[in-house]
Amino acid sequence: MFRRVFQFRNSFGNVISVCKSCPSHQYSKCLSKYSTASTERKRFYQDVSISQGDDGLYEINLDRRKLKTPGGKLFTVPNEALAIAVATEWDAQRGTLKFYTMHLTTLCNTALDNPTQRNKEQMINSALKFLETDTICYRVEDPPGLVDLQKNEWDPVLHWIENRYNVTIGSSSSILGPDIPQATKETFRQHLNSYSLWSLTGLEFVISQLKSILLSLGMVDRYLTVEQAVLLSRLEEEYQISHWGNVEWAHDYDVCELRARTAAGALFIQLSSENLTVKHKIMQD
Amino acid sequence: MAGLASPLRVCRGILKELRAMQGPSYKRSLAYSYVMDQFRKNKVTGERYCRAQQEALHASHTYLCLLTSTRNHQALHNLYHAKGECSTEEAAGLVGLRLPTQPGGKGWEK
Repeated sequence: MFRRVFQFRNSFGNVISVCKSCPSHQYSKCLSKYSTASTERKRFYQDVSISQGDDGLYEINLDRRKLKTPGGKLFTVPNEALAIAVATEWDAQRGTLKFYTMHLTTLCNTALDNPTQRNKEQMINSALKFLETDTICYRVEDPPGLVDLQKNEWDPVLHWIENRYNVTIGSSSSILGPDIPQATKETFRQHLNSYSLWSLTGLEFVISQLKSILLSLGMVDRYLTVEQAVLLSRLEEEYQISHWGNVEWAHDYDVCELRARTAAGALFIQLSSENLTVKHKIMQD
Repeated sequence: MAGLASPLRVCRGILKELRAMQGPSYKRSLAYSYVMDQFRKNKVTGERYCRAQQEALHASHTYLCLLTSTRNHQALHNLYHAKGECSTEEAAGLVGLRLPTQPGGKGWEK
């Protein structure tokens, strides 16, 4: 007997996944790991380990069973570091499984299943559309404290990006935003084209968290740390907090969530686009 | 932008997080061996500014941020957002009031 469970997961846009739950023990390998909104899954495994398949891709094993994506595919990652990080996420669950803390797993699932059928072209276009309304290009005109803060914190990042990519992007305080020349967009398009589909999935996620493509690129190029990028993205909020005070259950909660998601996205991009070579030089005495 | 923290501090931070996550047996975990391996591999380099070393340091910094912020996020979630609805007594207690008692029982109670 099969029972189909349709579930909506809100972690990345609108992700609709189909999950089959099979009580018959012939099909003991496929089981519904991703719970519905009402029920909670308990941790049903003792050990988490990784193994390498024949094609060189790494898989996660929960006890004896292989992890699968919500779409039913086998969960594979191209490199060991990402596999170990995902395994650590699953191993860190205590009691019930809290999927909202497993950001890397969610990103891998999205990249593997591609439920909304995005291709590279669409992802690059949506990323470039963000450029016109980028956070660090939008300046206010008052209060003067915030104007100065924006100038001192955001201008260096803007100049760094302009130098690194050899483009011109202005900042503006009008409601229409800066006028981005076409050459700038072409340069960015070419640069983003060199990313793989997995890296672009991660980059889209980071851009949607930070609300800025320029901050995301600055972080991926290792100019900013995650904490710095999150701070710059929330500059106006931090200014207001310094003025009116901090509310732990809202502000700190948001900061932690934003940092966790951005860090996961950044790690995902960096691990998906790396090629590790270690050159051992012989020590000469 | 400001330079990154030293590799020693980042390594220690990651190990602290792993210990908080997994208890005293964290030394046997996959993440522990991988992290220590990476730190040892990138410790000595012939170049003055080794790009691979800087990249590895940034990646380790990112991972430390991920572990710390997921743990803090979960702690804050449990503290503020996990309890759900509280009973009438608890709700009254939030503002320092107590529910009224009626010795003969309320009209509709049996």
